[in-house]
Amino acid sequence: MSEIKNYVLEITGKCGKCPSHLMDILIAVQNKFRHIPDEAIECISKELQMSKVDVEQTASFYHFFTEEPCGKYTVYLNNSAVACMMGRDKIAATFEKEVGCKFGNVTSDGLIGLYDTACIGMNDQEPAALINGVVFTSLNDQKVKQIVSAIKAGKAVNDLVTEFDGKENAEMKSEVKNNIRKRGPVLFAEYKNGASLKKLNEMTPDQVITEVKNSNIRGRGGAGFPTGLKWDFCSKAEVKERYVLCNADEGEPGTFKDRVLLTLFPQMVFEGMVLGGYAIGSQQGVLYLRAEYTYMLPRLEKLLAEMRTKNLLGKNVAGKQGFDFDIRIQMGSGAYVCGEETALIESAEGKRGEPRNRPPYPIERGYKNKPTIINNVETLCSVVQIIDKSSAWYRTFGTQYSSGTKLLSISGDCKFPGIYEIEWGITINEVLEMCGAENAQAVQVAGPSGVCISPKQFGRKLDFEDMPTGGSIIIIGQQRDLLKDVVLNFMDFFTDESCGSCVPCRALTPVLKKKLVKIMDGKGVKGDIDELVKLGKTMKDLNRCGLGQTAANPILTTIENFREKYEAMIKEPKTDGVYAFDMAASVKESCDYAGRKVIIHN
Amino acid sequence: MSKAIVATASLAGCFGCHMSLLDIDERILKLIELVEFNKSPIDDIKEFTKQCDVGIIEGGCCNSENVENLIKFRKNCKILISCGECAIMGGLPALRNFIPVSECLEEAYLGGPTTGLCNPDKIIPNDEELPMLLDKVYPCHEIVKIDYFLPGCPPRADLLWDALVALLTGGEMKLPYEVFKFD
Amino acid sequence: MSDNKIKFTIDGKECIADEGLDLWKAAMLNGVFIPYLCHMKDVVPAGSCRICTVKVNGRPMAACTTLVTKGLEGAVVENDTPHIEEMRKMIVELLFVEGNHFCPACEKSGSCELQAMAYRYQMMVPQFSYNFPLREVDATTPKIYLDRNRCIQCKKCIRSIKDDQGRSYFAFYKRGHKLDIHIDHELAATMSAELAQLAMDGCPVGAIINKEKGFDVPIGKRKFDKEPIGTEFLNVTKE
Repeated sequence: MSEIKNYVLEITGKCGKCPSHLMDILIAVQNKFRHIPDEAIECISKELQMSKVDVEQTASFYHFFTEEPCGKYTVYLNNSAVACMMGRDKIAATFEKEVGCKFGNVTSDGLIGLYDTACIGMNDQEPAALINGVVFTSLNDQKVKQIVSAIKAGKAVNDLVTEFDGKENAEMKSEVKNNIRKRGPVLFAEYKNGASLKKLNEMTPDQVITEVKNSNIRGRGGAGFPTGLKWDFCSKAEVKERYVLCNADEGEPGTFKDRVLLTLFPQMVFEGMVLGGYAIGSQQGVLYLRAEYTYMLPRLEKLLAEMRTKNLLGKNVAGKQGFDFDIRIQMGSGAYVCGEETALIESAEGKRGEPRNRPPYPIERGYKNKPTIINNVETLCSVVQIIDKSSAWYRTFGTQYSSGTKLLSISGDCKFPGIYEIEWGITINEVLEMCGAENAQAVQVAGPSGVCISPKQFGRKLDFEDMPTGGSIIIIGQQRDLLKDVVLNFMDFFTDESCGSCVPCRALTPVLKKKLVKIMDGKGVKGDIDELVKLGKTMKDLNRCGLGQTAANPILTTIENFREKYEAMIKEPKTDGVYAFDMAASVKESCDYAGRKVIIHN
Repeated sequence: MSKAIVATASLAGCFGCHMSLLDIDERILKLIELVEFNKSPIDDIKEFTKQCDVGIIEGGCCNSENVENLIKFRKNCKILISCGECAIMGGLPALRNFIPVSECLEEAYLGGPTTGLCNPDKIIPNDEELPMLLDKVYPCHEIVKIDYFLPGCPPRADLLWDALVALLTGGEMKLPYEVFKFD
Repeated sequence: MSDNKIKFTIDGKECIADEGLDLWKAAMLNGVFIPYLCHMKDVVPAGSCRICTVKVNGRPMAACTTLVTKGLEGAVVENDTPHIEEMRKMIVELLFVEGNHFCPACEKSGSCELQAMAYRYQMMVPQFSYNFPLREVDATTPKIYLDRNRCIQCKKCIRSIKDDQGRSYFAFYKRGHKLDIHIDHELAATMSAELAQLAMDGCPVGAIINKEKGFDVPIGKRKFDKEPIGTEFLNVTKE
């Protein structure tokens, strides 16, 4: 029997030949064979009793599953807007030179593959790359040379990291820095691990829900749904089998707060899930972790094991008779859309990350079609502090309608990129001062799917009443070409990350991008700007999920706030009705092939 | 009242749209009362001799001559109509649009099953007099401004007639469901 | 079906429908046609073509995935408004330029739902430029000729064509603008003639063609030659 088949039999056997574990199976195959061989797909389909195309449709959906071998060492260099601002292109050129192949390819000996990837959650320390799951940050030419020569010498990637920021990163053997710039009063408030779970013996599930409701906390992922209400609805579902999912698929370019929370306070995240489980009457939690954070997995698994031995997970959790709860970690494999809660559920079930139609909402039919709450990492950490310290305490922070604090992930053109815990209600001007950003041209609030604002609006506030945010704040300095460096990069991102289900998201996003490029190339006509607005607005009306609904935002919000930049690129229209057509370029290939000169008559 | 002057051309097309125009049967007598043809295969006038009111274009642009011709039409006609699938979207000639042009030439002149006897010297036509092949077949409205579109393969004779009469008399264009077709 | 009747209006017309129906069907039963491309009888709606988007109390929703519930009681549904119809026409245009739709050379022409929608919206020419993407044709299976040039990724075949063990004959491949449809070669090798016919009939366009089945209905007698799409439903539901 072949090695591939043997391996597939082993791993499919381990997970009970259950199709819902398809992601785990594919991740294992990809890691071992550096691609998903056709033979593996064939074998998986037999073992899971699926058709081959059905296995393929999951395998081909995710960025980190490859059809062809991607090298014994696979470099995924981030090409997000901020990475490019920080010098990604130069680093890419150095990689190409040192490795000896172009991006998108593998060296002829199959040793090293070079690939692009979307934001890996390291915007505060770009340029950064993932190499076989290990993160390398603040790359410079010297560092790239060292890495490549070490790889060529056959060193393990893990051993290349020798400097660590704090014991947590040292435990993960990761060179990622935490970059905490401002410790706020909630998430960074003193907390003794396990304290919130002691309350289980004093509080009924309803009391937990009431306390969360009274805190007025709203989801921290960006959508801002009241957490207590979500838990309340789910606890009243008819079906008793229920699930708690934690969304740790932080994919919005520019956010990296969950990275830091999972590094500094992983137990708080898990305790938050336990509290959620207790509140809604669930026995099983799933933490969905984005593939880019695979380096955290061993430490998180170890912590789960410790929590089980300390009875903070398992039977009668924290001594609460009759309350059993455990957590498993589900790895993603590179798909921004999986941050959308229903796509996340699909992915956790081993399928393509296509958002579901709603209704039914996850609180009625979520994971495994059972009532499910899905909460962001930051929300769960906040809930732990709320239960530990009271909702009244929590409400003393923030504004009347936006209680509590928010973690901001600040990156781009500023002196102090990193994590800031702020109280809701802070203005952009205050944010800029805090992070040492002078003379900013624009600020991208809430990532590409959010808004790009101009200095005229820097007096606006971050809160649910004015500008909500999942936490991504990107500062764009005067030296940047806003359309090329930011808007175009974001449109490329949305084009690549669409799941493809909804026609407008799949087909209109590339059209919008093409029109943007047309204007940037100086070929735009006056009507093009208004047309971009008109078409872009339909995205909100027509698409099913948040990705599609906001995919035109980079264009829409920059036209709204920086229209003059677009107008400056529009030339006076010709009036003879003959469009610019490059005949010479168009006939070049055929003339070359036929061996004749290009002669253009006028 | 002076007659409207009409010009027509078939670019990368099959002349099917022109045939369909002739398909208006006895109404052609009425047409002659309404219009005078200038550059057109219908009267075999090869070059524009005056400014025209209406230009009707059949076929898309597959080579340099098509493009030059189309631009001439744009410059010499007040109103330009894209007529039929090929003019509107490239039509059957555009079936080559996703194949590299070198592969098309190879298939047509070197490797294809019919090339052995006719092209023993394996020459790809390269005389300067020949039009140069474009990288793909372009719909007319991607080269020049087009005022009206009449779909169909070919557009139904009734559609052509109704459109022309409406245009020339300033009347309203009827568009009955049965005559508006893409095939 | 539930005994509860829900009342609402569509473009001012009073409608009444059983609770639990989807809004698309409910509208149809009330004599209101909402355009569709991915909706399929007796199959869970996918809500992927988005052409059935309506506004329910001002909020845009896909009619096929909106359920008639108590929440819809008294709702004001907008269907045939210039804004909505313009967006729907745009969807049709997007589909025409996204793939390669050579109507004159297509076996499905005249019975094609995408084409019929274009007729409905009197699409003279799409407002977008044609992509002319390279899409492979898969003619390797015995019964089915899969022409991806014509596929609009409506998911109908994925959702409805399964073997007796529930395995899919068709599935998506990749994502976003690279999305494609694939057919399972092993399953398709033993596909029954009936199932192949079902797959072809279900396909709204000419992407799935039953082999040895060409142009068998003369021009003038095809499904949408004489009457616009939607007419057939409304005639049925009036009875």
